[in-house]
This record gives sequence, C-alpha cells and structure tokens, in this order.
Amino acid sequence: MPRIIETRQLTPVTKLFRIEAPLIAASARPGQFVMLRVREGGERIPITIADYDREAGALTIVVQEVGATTKRVCALEAGDEILDVAGPLGGHIEIAPGGHVCGVGGGFGSAALLCLMRAFTARGDKTTAILGARSKDLLILADELRPLCTNVEVCTDDGSAGFKGFVTQRLAQMIDGDGPGRPDHVVAIGPMAMMRAVAETTRGPGVKTLVSMDPLMVDGTGMCGGCRVNVGGKAKFACVDGPCFDAHEVDFDVAMRRNKAYVKEEKKALDRLACMEIREAR
Amino acid sequence: MPVKRAEKTTMPVREPVTRAHDFMEVNEGYTVSQAGFEAERCLRCQDPVCVGGCPVNVPIPEFIHAVATGDMAAAAKMLRSANPLPAICGRVCPQESQCEADCSMTLRFDPVAIGHLERYVADWERTQPPNVEAKITRQEKVAVIGAGPSGLVCAGELARQGYPVTIYEALHAPGGVLRYGIPEFRLPKAILDWEIGLLKAMGVEIVCNVIIGKTLTLDDLFNRMGYAAVFIGTGAGLPQFLGIPGENLNGVMSANEFLTRINLMRGYDPEADTPVRVGRRVAVIGAGNTAMDAVRTSLRMGAEEAMIVYRRSDKEMSARVEEYHHAIEEGVKFHWLTNPLEVIDDGSGWVSGLKCQKMKLGEPDASGRARPIPIEGSEFVLPVENVVLAIGTTPNPLLTRTTAGLNTNKKGCLVADEQTGLTSKSLVFAGGDAVTGAATVILAAGAGKRAAHAIHEALASAPASS
Repeated sequence: MPRIIETRQLTPVTKLFRIEAPLIAASARPGQFVMLRVREGGERIPITIADYDREAGALTIVVQEVGATTKRVCALEAGDEILDVAGPLGGHIEIAPGGHVCGVGGGFGSAALLCLMRAFTARGDKTTAILGARSKDLLILADELRPLCTNVEVCTDDGSAGFKGFVTQRLAQMIDGDGPGRPDHVVAIGPMAMMRAVAETTRGPGVKTLVSMDPLMVDGTGMCGGCRVNVGGKAKFACVDGPCFDAHEVDFDVAMRRNKAYVKEEKKALDRLACMEIREAR
Repeated sequence: MPVKRAEKTTMPVREPVTRAHDFMEVNEGYTVSQAGFEAERCLRCQDPVCVGGCPVNVPIPEFIHAVATGDMAAAAKMLRSANPLPAICGRVCPQESQCEADCSMTLRFDPVAIGHLERYVADWERTQPPNVEAKITRQEKVAVIGAGPSGLVCAGELARQGYPVTIYEALHAPGGVLRYGIPEFRLPKAILDWEIGLLKAMGVEIVCNVIIGKTLTLDDLFNRMGYAAVFIGTGAGLPQFLGIPGENLNGVMSANEFLTRINLMRGYDPEADTPVRVGRRVAVIGAGNTAMDAVRTSLRMGAEEAMIVYRRSDKEMSARVEEYHHAIEEGVKFHWLTNPLEVIDDGSGWVSGLKCQKMKLGEPDASGRARPIPIEGSEFVLPVENVVLAIGTTPNPLLTRTTAGLNTNKKGCLVADEQTGLTSKSLVFAGGDAVTGAATVILAAGAGKRAAHAIHEALASAPASS
C-alpha cells in the first residue's frame, strides 16, 4: 500500500499529500488523475495529479474535504498508508509548444497547475498561472507556483490579495493585452462553475481552452460510463477520452446536473461518518 | 441396471418470493442422492458429443461416471485438469447451448444436467483441503494483464507448468467480470475468492491497481521488468450506449455501472460508501445475461417493478434459459418487441419514463436473427425512474491506445491467432473478450488455457536464458 511521505494543511479544508508511488510518479503526465480508495467498502474517487517527482518516486495530490471519502482521506497523516492508489489515468494535456500558456486554477484546482506549468515552462513556453480564491487565506500554492511560471496572477473575491475580482475578469484583461498579455492557450482547472465562466470568457475572443472535467466515476478505467460528458454533442468518457476537453464544446449544464446525481446519498454518507466518529470518540 | 429417468434432476432453488429480495445464491446445489441419480442418467457414449460441445473439452462422461461410483476425488481431479474454474463454470456456463445441447439423451429425453454435476463436484472440492502447491521450476517470468477469467486460467496453467507468473489488475480486486459484473446471487464472491486463493497457493502473484498501458506500458513489461512473454486478457469492459435523446439524464446508467456499484463496490451493503439509487420502477434495455443480472439486481435493491425492454422477441434473446426462468419466477416483466426511442425528463433532470415503440419481426439480418421493424403509430411511454442499458460492451482501448504494433480489428478487438492467441507482437498473446468481443466465461477460460500452452511452447523451444 502506498505510504504517505508528508502532508500539509493548505486551508482548513484542503490538504496536500506527498505519496510514495514510484510507478505512478514515473509515468504521470500533466492533466492525468489517480483513483483512490481509503477503506474496505469505501468509494473509488478520482483525484487530479498535482505533481510528481520521478526521481524520488513521489506523487503529490491535493484533496479538499467535500464528502465522506475526502474527509476520510484528509484525516490521514504522514506515515499512514492509502489502501488503493491506481493510475495515472486519463489522457495528458497536449499543447503545441512555443506559445503563451495560461493555467487558470480555482480553489484546490490550482494544485494541478504545479506539474502543468513546470512542464510547459521547461520546454520554453511563456506561462502564466491565474489563481483564484475567495480571500487570501484560501489561496493555495501561489509561492510554489512562482518559480514554475513566467508570471503568477493572484485574484481574490474580496481583494485581500492581488487583483480584486474573479479569475475570469483578470483573464479577460489579459486577453485584451493587459499584464502578461493575451494567452494562446488556456487550461482551466477548478470548480465546474469557474470552468464554465472561463469557457465563456475565451469563447468570443477565440482563445483555445481546455477544461479538466471531474464527473462522477466508479472505476476510472472506461468500464462504467458514469463519467460521460457531452462534448460537441457526443458522449465522451472523461476517464479514457478526457479528462480534459475543449471548453467550448462541453455541455456544462448536463455536466453540472450529472454531478449532483447523488447529493442526497453523499449527505447521508457524511452523516453516517459523523455518527461513526462520535461512536469512536466515546 | 438403474433406470434412466427421462427428466433432468431439478436443481433445488430458493423460493422466489424470498430470494428476490436478498443477494444469497438462488441455486442451492444437488444433494448427494440427487447428484447420484443425475450421474446415473449419463449414457457414457462411446463417442461423447458433449465433450466436443465444451470449449475446454472437459472429459464429461468420465467425471460423471466417477460421481456415479462415488469417487469424488477422481471426479474433481478430472474436472479440474480440463477446466481450471469448475465451480464458476458450473454456475455461469450456458450449458444448454454447449455440452448439454448435443447430449445423446436429448434424442428422446432431457439432457444430462452436466452443468449441475460440474457445480456439485466443484463444490465438493471446496470442502476438501486444497490440493495444490507452488512448484516454480522455470526461469522465464510471464506477465498476465487482467485478472478476469482468461487471465486467471492462463496464469494457473502457466504456474502448473512451473512458470513464475504475475497478474496485473487495474481494479483494486481480482476477478474481472466475475467480480464487478456477475452478481452474488448467481456467483458468490466466496467461490471466486477460493479459486483465486488456489492460484496464489500455486505461486501466482496478483498485483492490483496497476493499469498496463498507463502505470506501465506493455513494452516496460519486457524491457524494464524482464518478462519473457505477456498474455493480454483485458476483456470487453467498455459499455455501449444507444445514442437516444435523454440518455444523459440522471438515473440512466450502463449495466456495467449499475452492477459495478453493487457488486465490486458493495452498493447493497449499508456500511459501504458507494451510492446506488434505485427507483420504484426500473427498465433494463437488452436481453442478454447482463440484462438479466441487472434486472434481477434491481428487484433485490428494492425496485417494485423491474422490466426488460427488448426490440426483438424472446426467441432472439441471448440470456441463459435458467436466468430467464429465474427472472420470470422472481416477477420480472418482459416487454418484447419494444424499441426504446427516448428517455423522458421529469422536469428536474431525472428520468420519469421511457418512450418506446412496438416492433414486429421481419427477415433475418446480418446477425442471422429476425430483423425488428418499427410499427408506425405504436409509440407509448413506460413510467420508470431508472433506465439501465445492457446492450453490449466493446474492448477497453486503454492498452491498445498506448501500445505500438498491437493490431486491432474494426471493432477494437485484438487480432490474435485462433489457436495460440499470438498477437501481432512477438511473445504477446491474447484471449477472451479482448479478442472475441463480449462472450462467455468458458470461452475466455479456453482461450487463456490455449495461450498458456502456446506460451510454454514458445518459451520452452527458445534457448534457455540462464
């Protein structure tokens, strides 16, 4: 079982894990994900790969507590083992070299920009990371990203750090030539609503945009079809055909509705977990 | 001379009213006397046609004779020598279209219940201490990709020949379709675990959570890991969809998703985390074994009404007769000659019904089955909360997309020699659904076995590496 090398609490609900996973670290590419399971009877959940260190055989992931399973993951500490980690799954992000690549990270989605920005910067692309959060203390990994990008643009809703406003507002300014200038490619990773807003921002000006979809998945290997996303009017499996798709082709309405299919059950699972915790505490 | 009874000894089953609401096995298995009676029905033909009907050529009259004489150890040994998964095949094989189809008894009577006897012998074997040991005598390591029926059998056969074998499985538990697809009430997981335990005792190593084609490439297995040969048994796990309007509504899923949530992820267990939502009425589209599994599972998950929707008639359905009968007994409804046109939205993005059209049968089509023709003006709506699609699966492209030189046909199936399983890549063999497209457990097992022999021949004829 893969052992956790170190953890870091990034925000009260977001935690970074460095995991011993030499095989995955050796073959991972930006944009891919892993499937995780933390207990017998537990769910398999997809988590985007934040970073990898081939030499150290380490994989970095960032997990945000949203449901019972992610809560269980976030309770783990360095030295603990994770029951199952499988990957890397999905296709990696491919962008023609030589342009200006702008990675837009919303919330814990910023984590996935680590390996992405490093890879594109290393091959000589101009790179900009736009990081968004509600306020300064919810902003993650800005310091880690600075050495990996040509520019880092920070946006907070309340203006407590960087640009006051949404990532899409800053992105629109850039497209108009402000700051680091118009990007040739945009990659948006974060909450569905943010990715959709980015898609709408870049659609008019015609900036090529990829979004990293995170639909519900069971196996993550192409078997269940639960992760199907409507792309250009066709059903695509995020796990094998994605997870990154052309933002201007994705039907976000359907994707957002499908992601809410099990909200009731997820709430129940959280309640059950809370009960179990109380029982254990006694 | 004992009297040959005209009728098959009936398999004892649990009461439909009880069993349709739990996941315990439906068939209870023969008693000693039932097995004895049934074994006596075998004519022990000089030229046993049943053996030719079996994809792995089990010595049927011989093992049945051993049952009749009470020599269970001999029966078990004979059975296992030909079929490495007897307890599984005795439960899930479509015997009526294989060994039992041509049984000489069928000229006038029911065929001998070969499948039920196979199960009886295999179940007896499970009550005995396992009679296997690890004897690794060969240097050359062999990798098997996928721990489904073909991979398990191939690995077992190779281990028997003395090869060190490692099976790489993408999911967190081995078994393939035997674990994620076939439900507990038809194939208890304890039986699968027992069979896998035997393989491990024979020295087979199983590594889960490794996706060949992703975690490691096929070439890595040779170059970095030092394997001398590879067997691909990655199955046909990619579900097909109809492409009808409303297919992306919440409450529509593939049978693979539905069954995986329940079987592999234990969705029936209130302590498990993977959610499954089963509405009051469930429509399952298709009429194969997977469709029967899904529709009967719906009942067990609490559906009040579970129905099959199929565009052809019962004559064309591909499910085993036994599953069909069990489904009828359990109260499953059947809408034959009914073609789904559209899934209806309840207004909030969930399913409220399935719009269908009645069909009639015409001339045979390319598959040899009567072509269904729509009847104009016959559209109607079935009120349902779930639609489960069991209309077939295609091979998983994960491995082939990342492997150069591995040829596939138009359907995405691996191109492999029918006898040896050799693919377009040297020392890479393949078998099972990855080659044939979705088929049966026993065909996959047979292919795994043949490939194991071909691998042995290829490696044994090559100059020793050490």
